[in-house]
Amino acid sequence: MRTPFEVAVERYGTTVLRVCRAVLGPGPDAEDAWSETFLAALRAWPDLDEDTNVEAWLVRVAHRRAVDVVRARERRAIPTDEPPEPPSAPDPADGDEYGLWEAVAALPERQRLAVAYHYLGGLPHAETAALIGGGADAVRRAAADGVKSLRRTYRAAERTKGASR
Amino acid sequence: MTGMTNDDGPRTTGTGADTRTLFPVADGDLARLRARLSGAAEDLGLLDVAYRTLDTPIGPLLLAATERGLVRVAFESEGFDAALETLAERVGPRVLEAPRRLDTVARELEEYFAGGRHVFDVPLDFALSSGFRREVQRRLPHIDYGRTRSYKQVAELVGNPRAVRAVGTACATNPLPVVVPCHRVLRTDGGLGGYIGGLDAKRTLLDLERAA
Repeated sequence: MRTPFEVAVERYGTTVLRVCRAVLGPGPDAEDAWSETFLAALRAWPDLDEDTNVEAWLVRVAHRRAVDVVRARERRAIPTDEPPEPPSAPDPADGDEYGLWEAVAALPERQRLAVAYHYLGGLPHAETAALIGGGADAVRRAAADGVKSLRRTYRAAERTKGASR
Repeated sequence: MTGMTNDDGPRTTGTGADTRTLFPVADGDLARLRARLSGAAEDLGLLDVAYRTLDTPIGPLLLAATERGLVRVAFESEGFDAALETLAERVGPRVLEAPRRLDTVARELEEYFAGGRHVFDVPLDFALSSGFRREVQRRLPHIDYGRTRSYKQVAELVGNPRAVRAVGTACATNPLPVVVPCHRVLRTDGGLGGYIGGLDAKRTLLDLERAA
């Protein structure tokens, strides 16, 4: 790439943060994955082909960094009889008036990952399947189910808001 | 830029407006992450070019530096995006807004515009110029604060008295205006000649230096 790296951060920083938050929960793990994603991307930037779809490439890098973060989290965890904590306790993200980040964190894993990489990250079904396993059709269904469930949360929150006015 | 533009087409998944509404990302969170990224990139030595902008009496200036020194000062009228694209192509594409590397020159420019500084004391990187132009530009800081020279005198100074027009070109293509004082070069009849930042900016700089 001969484009200033800043342009990629400016254009895709938000998308990558959404993907990281959906995969890891809206806490410090997601922010670490975001930072690692852009540092890895910065290293690779000069050797990247000019015709690369930068957004899709960044989302794939984010996937690898998120996997690393999850592995590091598992290594840190000390085995006990206590049930494991759910992925990063959701911070009340600023402006999340509909509770959507919490709702994503509560989705079944495959739906959550399909929403992260396909719906938020913009990867096609087949490329999402290459990251999270299964076939393109299974990803399509998981993403659709996940989004449908999120829309219910959104509408319920909207009704609550409307009623409280 | 081709790879960066094919994302504007229609997307089969949620529309931009849809995902933005549904999944808020606070501006403050992103700004904090970007600052952290530029700090880490600087620490790891990953940046070809670090830049920031600075508000001055002659308008906002873009300041950009390599690890060797200040490589570009640009006026807003030149287009900051265009200046950054040129840096990416000619110096290296690892370009990030990373203010720390520019702290010293920003402070010195503020002192200069306040009238308290007459000489800039930062390393310069002339990577964007070459040959005779570079030779002329290197010589310009030897024209003292508050003094002026004609294009002809500068040509004589660099030992090429017939190259008056080439000196004009060297001034017009100075990658480091203000810090490398091409504004101190005038026509033999005292006329302002030209200036990258516009003649108003040139006049303001000369007035500032006369008053101090």
